[in-house]
This record gives sequence, C-alpha cells and structure tokens, in this order.
Amino acid sequence: MPVFSDPANFDAYVSGFMWILKMTGASAALALVLGVLLAGMRVSPVPVLRWFGAAWVNIFRNTPLTLIIFFCYFGLYATLTISLSDDLILNNFWLGVVGLSVYTAAFVCEALRSGINTVPPGQAEAARAIGLTFSQTLRIVVLPQAGRAVIAPLGSVLIALCKNSTIVGTIGLLEASNIMKQLINDNGDQVILIFLVFAGTFAAVLIPVGYFFGWLANRLAVKR
Amino acid sequence: MSGNTVLYDHPGPRAKVRNAILTAVFGALILALLYWIYRKFDEKGQFTKVLWEPFLQGDTWKNFIIPGIEGTLKAAATAMVFALAFGLIFSVGRLSEHRWISIPAGVIVEFFRAVPLLLMIFFISFGVPFLIHQPVPPFWSVVIGLTLYNGSVLAEAFRAGIRAVPSGQSEAAYAIGMRKSAVMQHILVPQAARAMLPVIISQLVVLLKDTALGYIVSYPELLQLGVNVVAANYFNVIQAAIVAAVLYIIVNFALTGLANYLDRRTQRRGIRTQKLDPGAAMGNAPGGGL
Amino acid sequence: MRMTRVAATAAAAVLALTMAACGSDDDGGTGTGSGTGTGTGDTAATGVIAKAQSGTLKVGVKADQPGLGLQTGTAYEGFDIEMAKIIAKGLGMQESGIQYVTTVSANREPYIQQGTVDLVIATYTINDERKTKVNFAGPYFVAGQDLLVPTDSTITAPEQLDGKKVCSVTGSTPAKRIQENYKGAQLQLFDAYSKCITALAGGQVDAVTTDDIILAGYASQQQFAGKFKVVGKPFSEEPYGIGLAKDDKASCDKINEILKAAAADGSYKAAWDNTLGKSGTPAPELDTSKLTNCA
Repeated sequence: MPVFSDPANFDAYVSGFMWILKMTGASAALALVLGVLLAGMRVSPVPVLRWFGAAWVNIFRNTPLTLIIFFCYFGLYATLTISLSDDLILNNFWLGVVGLSVYTAAFVCEALRSGINTVPPGQAEAARAIGLTFSQTLRIVVLPQAGRAVIAPLGSVLIALCKNSTIVGTIGLLEASNIMKQLINDNGDQVILIFLVFAGTFAAVLIPVGYFFGWLANRLAVKR
Repeated sequence: MSGNTVLYDHPGPRAKVRNAILTAVFGALILALLYWIYRKFDEKGQFTKVLWEPFLQGDTWKNFIIPGIEGTLKAAATAMVFALAFGLIFSVGRLSEHRWISIPAGVIVEFFRAVPLLLMIFFISFGVPFLIHQPVPPFWSVVIGLTLYNGSVLAEAFRAGIRAVPSGQSEAAYAIGMRKSAVMQHILVPQAARAMLPVIISQLVVLLKDTALGYIVSYPELLQLGVNVVAANYFNVIQAAIVAAVLYIIVNFALTGLANYLDRRTQRRGIRTQKLDPGAAMGNAPGGGL
Repeated sequence: MRMTRVAATAAAAVLALTMAACGSDDDGGTGTGSGTGTGTGDTAATGVIAKAQSGTLKVGVKADQPGLGLQTGTAYEGFDIEMAKIIAKGLGMQESGIQYVTTVSANREPYIQQGTVDLVIATYTINDERKTKVNFAGPYFVAGQDLLVPTDSTITAPEQLDGKKVCSVTGSTPAKRIQENYKGAQLQLFDAYSKCITALAGGQVDAVTTDDIILAGYASQQQFAGKFKVVGKPFSEEPYGIGLAKDDKASCDKINEILKAAAADGSYKAAWDNTLGKSGTPAPELDTSKLTNCA
C-alpha cells in the first residue's frame, strides 16, 4: 500500500476516522436525549408541545444535512454568535455535532413514535385505569416496551449518523471524507486503492454494528 | 395513530388549567427564542434589503434557482427509478435459494449501505474514470451514487416486507400450482411494496435531499446554483441558503403529500387486504431510514 | 408487478449503466485516461487542436470568482473567460463553440486527465507536481498569494498569522501553503471563497488567503467597498497556466503562440480592461519570454 506506507498519510487516515468516531459518539448521545424529549412532546396532551415536536421533525427531516451544517456555522456561530470553543477546529467540531444532533433527533423521534404505536392500547388504558399520570404512563409502561421495539430502527439511525458525519467536512473539519479527497488529489494514480481503504473501513465497522443491532433487537424483543 | 388519545385521559378542569399554563409558558419561551434570533439577525444586518433583493428579481430565479431545482429534480427522479429497480432486483436476489445469487447480492447490498454517499459520489466521479478510461459526467456520478446507496436500502426494505407476508400465503400459492417466480411476482412483491410504502417514501425523500451532495462534483443542482453561485454574484450566502432550505422543505412536503395520497387511494380501492407491520419488518433492515 | 415490467426496469437499469459508462463523450477522442502521458504518436489527431477543428471545445472554468470566472446566469464572465475566447479565436473556431464546464480547485487535474474538459483556464497555478499530470501553456498572468483583511486589521504579513484564523478553500494551493509554512495559523476551510468572504465580513475569520488577483476581485465589489483591503505583499509566485492533456504538446505550443499574438495585437490588454481592469488596475505586461516549453 504505497500511499499508506507514508506515515504522514497514515496519520491523516487515522485522525480522519477519529473525528468520525468522536462526532458519532457525541451526536448519538445528544440526538438520543433530544429525540426522546421530542417524542414525548409529540404524544403529549399539550397542543403547543405537539406542534413544536411536529415542526421540528418536519423542518429538520426535510432539509439536506449539508444545509443544516451550513446553518450551524453561518447561523448559529456567525450570526447568533454562539461560540462553542475558542479553538477553531474544536468549534467546528461542536458546531457539526449540534447540526448532526438536531437532524438525527428528528429521526430518533419518529422511530420512537412508531415504537410507541406498537405498544397495545390496552396497556396504556390499564395504566390510566390504575391512576398513572401521562408522564408515569409513558415512563413506566410505554417507553420501556417501545424502547425495545425500536432498537433495530435506532441502530439504523446510528449507522446513518456515522456516515452522515462525513458531511461536517463542508465546514472544514478534516474528517475521513476530506482526508480521502486530499489523498486522491495528491495521489491521482492510486484512486482505487484509496477509495477501497476508506470505504472498506466504514463497511468493516458499520456492517457488524448493523448485525449487532439486529441480534440485540431479536434478543430483547417483547414477546406478545 | 392511537397513542395520542390512549396515553392520557380527557382533560378534566385541573388538567385543562395545567395544559393552559404549560402552553402559555412554552409558547412564550418559543416566541422569546424566535424574537431573539430575529434581533440577532437584524443586528448583524442580515435583513438588509440588498441581500434579499436578488430573490425579488425574476432573473435570479430564471438563471439560478429554477435551473437548480430542475437539476435536483432531474437527478432525483432518475435515481428514484433506478433505485427502485435496483432495490427490487437485489431484494429478490438476496432471497434466492441459490447461494451463488443470494451471497453476492447480500455482499453488494451490505457494502453500498455502509459506505457514506459523499465518498461514493466522489469516487464515481474521480476514481471510476481511471477504470473505464472515460469521464463520468457529474449527472451520472450523482445518479449512480444515489442509486447504489438508496437502492441497497430499498432492497432491504423490500426484503423485510416480503418476509413479513405470512408464510400461509406463499404456501397457498404453491398449493394451487404457482411457480416460485409467479409467487414472488403475484403474491409477495405487490404486498411487500404496499406494506413498505411509508419506508419507501421516506427513503425517496432522503434520496431527494441527498442530491445536495452533487455540489462536490459540481453538478448544477439547487445547492450549487442557488447557494454557491448566487452567493458569488450577490454575496448573500446566508439568505441564499435560507431560500434553498425553504424550497427543499416545500419539495419534500409535496413528495410526502403525493405519497400519502397514493397510499390512501390504494387503501380505498380495497387492495390492502391485510395490514403488515412495517415498523417491525424494518427491524431486519439496519441502515435504512435516513 | 408483471414479469414484463420487471424485465423492462432491469433492462432500463442496465441500459443506464452502460450509458453512464460511455459518458457523454462519444467521439472517444481522449486517450489520456491513464493520466501519466503515454506515447505521443496519435496526439495530432486527438488533441485540443482537433477538438477546435470539430467546432466545440470544453473549457473548465471557475464559476464563483468575480473578475476571473463567474457564472452570471446562463453565461460566464471574467478574465479567464476572455482568455478562453482569445484561444478559441486563435484556434480558428467560433466563440459560441466553447462549452464552459464549472470546475473547482480539487477537480481540475482529474477533469483534464479524464477528458471531462479539453482545457482548464481556472486560476490554475503551474507547478511541478501538477506538471507530472497535465501539460501547461502560459503563464498568461502571474499572481501571488496574499491576504485579504478587514480595513482596520493590523495584519501586514503572513508571519503575523500566528494564532489568527485564516480562511481558504479545501484542496487549494494557498491552503496547503498555510498548512505547511505558517503552522501557527488556524486554518478554516470551505468549499467556496464566497463563504470565506462571508466569514471575513462577519468577523469569524481574521483573514482570507488566496491569490492577490482573486482577492482584489472581491475587495472591489461595491458591497464591500471600504471594508476589506488586500495586504499587498504577495508571498508566493503563482503563474497562471492553461491546463491541457499531458501528451498534447502540439496544442500547448499552439496556445503559447496565440498568447504571444494576443500580447502583440492588444487583445490581451483588452481582455484585462474589460474584466479585472475595471477596478482601475492597469493591465500587466504579458512576459512572452516566460512561456512554458510545453515539455
């Protein structure tokens, strides 16, 4: 592997994927929290909360992620002057995490909502009959079951998130896709090899993750 | 959607008061946030007339935005047709009883689902030409990239849908003497396609949004023409991006609306004889959805 | 879903892939796919000269650089575009036969190597690394990397970029030079200079760096009048060349002759005056003794 035998190139390759990993981790945590809150809002008794949840999902799900990331830089940072770090690279990283999170949260919310629909209505009715409030019904009865039903869809969302994190490269973070472009630009004769290494790295990590979530979903499935 | 009414009682007097308070507080918070955003944008001069004016001129629409939308829709429509065909062929291929078909089909689907589209399009545009000794035009780089990725996701959706059809149906079909291909065509695929319609549609919306990645190979779509080139002429990149975002949302809403209309229509005609559970079926298809 | 329909869609997919493989370039004239020039025997029949004789020439240009290459609606305008017109005329073809293809910095070599375009006139610096992949005619202009800063900025040289935020475009030479020579600077990368300019106007970056001539194009925009200044101390030499296929020496020589003629008959000066010269900068002398030897 002539390209990757150069230590500088190899380091760039590793650092590119480290950024992907860090973005995926941070965004996954943030998107999960946001997504659960949004799903709660969308099924809540308060109309304005339902409206807010629906607006969030419809706006972010229908806008290209490239534009959302763009707005994080030029809207959130440049115009609203919300700086997330004094260091330029870390600032871009966190802006990217925010963009990925608000986008992914919309998908998490929708996955959870369809998960909530898989819980038989009788369960919620029974919960209400014994006097549980809305938040208790959700917390104790519905979400634990819905959570298991959505393991596989959430796995898909996580995998998509990991791939989508390459788009943060558009605001200058030197993640895997930017490194790949750089290497291809400098080594035009080894395009195929470079692509196979980068694509192969994604495949080698994400395909097993997909199977793991499938296995987990089957194991934890609610038996009815 | 039974969840809404089942999860909580009809509000009594106290609940009504509580809901009203929550509405007021949360509503006020949202309004305050929106106002703050408005003020900040105003402070930075983002509402200056000269920045928005280009969008009031017909030429901006005629020269950049409309051609941009055309580019986006052309790539999306072509890729949608190919992705559906790809998905259908590979889902059936993966369910084949012949290992020499099912294994390669599975490998291809799994691989293309795991590779970020950005890398894929870039490679098709800059790598594939070295293999075929021919340039790949930006349009086809985008279309092929979108087809391979979304086609693979759709293949898994179809496969999950086919497997969700109760086995009694295919058994009955075999019993009346239908062959494997006939069972697939007349019994399994039509039901799977209909059951998975919501998943298919959301994937097509994803496809449409992903045309935005065409800018990396300078394919003239909405983001390239409507944002990058407009901004180079008028220096209003933020405004251009806002206009583009609104246009994307409108187009995607229209697509979703069309899909819902089709869904309702097929239901009204009574074709849907039984309800499959797309949510659970999709459980077998990691990687899909966005 | 009937069998015939499945078969039809499958056929359509196969057809499409075949079409894609053939590309839009159906005359098969570009034997330069392998990238590193191999053999020069058949160039006379296939190079830029032959393309021009056929009446159409695909020229890669920038779409987002005011003064140099800017897409304005359906047309392109700028100094690079004027150069394309001069070359087309010199090759004996109509201006209307030029097909402009938008290129970005990162895809100029691949576009030439793969025959997506016949020529690249897109603020394209001649350097040794690129010479291994493509051939250059020119230079038709010598620019230098410089800094664009707010009018009240204290930055007067690249050495003062330590700890400052400086913006450039992904994959460009200026970005690489900052990365290698001025490691103290924090480099912000975007895919287009217009975004760098927006960030500079908003104060998110302290400077934008690329060739002085490109920066001057932005600084002279009326919207930024009095806001930005070009520092004016170029710290590199960027001879702008006209890129073409590695093995196309004949066309390269011909283009150099055309440039010489353009310098002599005043059409070079006219091209400048109609574009970059509008801001008042007098036309530079085209030093024809520095033209490449098209090796």
